[in-house]
Amino acid sequence: MSAQARAERPLARSLKLALIGTAAGVFSGLFGVGGGTVIVPLLVLWLGYDERTATGTSLGAIVFIAAFAAGTQGLYGNVHVLDGVLIGIPAIAGVTIGARLQQRVSGPAISLLFAAVLVASAVDLVLR
Amino acid sequence: MIGAIGIGLAGGVIAGMLGVGGGVLFVPGLVAFLSLSQHQAEATSLLAIVPVAIVGAYTQDRFGNVRRGDALLLGLLSIAGAAAGVALANTLSGRALRDSFAALLVLVAAQLVYKVRATATRPAPLDGNGADAMH
Repeated sequence: MSAQARAERPLARSLKLALIGTAAGVFSGLFGVGGGTVIVPLLVLWLGYDERTATGTSLGAIVFIAAFAAGTQGLYGNVHVLDGVLIGIPAIAGVTIGARLQQRVSGPAISLLFAAVLVASAVDLVLR
Repeated sequence: MIGAIGIGLAGGVIAGMLGVGGGVLFVPGLVAFLSLSQHQAEATSLLAIVPVAIVGAYTQDRFGNVRRGDALLLGLLSIAGAAAGVALANTLSGRALRDSFAALLVLVAAQLVYKVRATATRPAPLDGNGADAMH
C-alpha cells in the first residue's frame, strides 16, 4: 500500500502486471503449479507490494490461472479428477490454516523446512 | 491414500502461508503416492489448486490482503502464457518434464532460503513502510 506504488503511471503498472501474469501462466501450465513462486516476489520487487498483500493477491490471481490451465490440460486428457479431489479437499483445510497462521507467524522455520522438503522431492523425482 | 491426504494438507498450509498454489508439493505427491505420470500429476495438481486458491484468496481477502483489481488483471493476462505452458509441457517427454520440474523445486528452495536470510539480516520491510511491518 505504499504511496509510491499507488502513484505509479497506470500504463507502466498494467504492463508490469501483464508481464508477471504471462510469466506466471507459463510456469503454471508447464509445471502444474499456481505460479505464486513467480508472482509473489515480482509484486514485492516491481510494484512495491508488502509481502502479505503480495501473497493474498497472488492467491486471487491463481484462481484464474489454475482454472484455465486445468481446463486446457483436461483437453489433453491428463486430469485425474478423483485424485485431484483426494488431494484438493484436505488442501482446502490446509490453506485456511496456512493463511491464518501467516497473520501472526513470520515463518522462517517453516520456510526452511519447506525448502528441505522441496530438495528431497527433487532428488526423489530425478532418481525415480 | 493416507500419504495423498497428508500431502494435500501440507500443500494447503504452504499455499496459505506463501501465497502459492501448493503445486510444488501436489505434483511430487501425486507421482509418489498415487502413481500418476509426470504429465498426469501436473494436470491433476492444477485441478486441486483451484479450490485451494479460491478458499485461500477468500480468507486473505477478509484480512484485507487482496488487491482485487490487480488479482483479476494478473489472472486474465496469464491466460496466453498458461496455454503456451500447457502446450509446451505436452510436447516434452515425461523424463524431460520430471527433470525440469526437479530443477524448479531446487530453485524455489533456494529462493526460500535466500528470503529467510534476507529477512534475518534486514528486519525492516523492503518497501520502507515501517508502519506496515509484517515479519
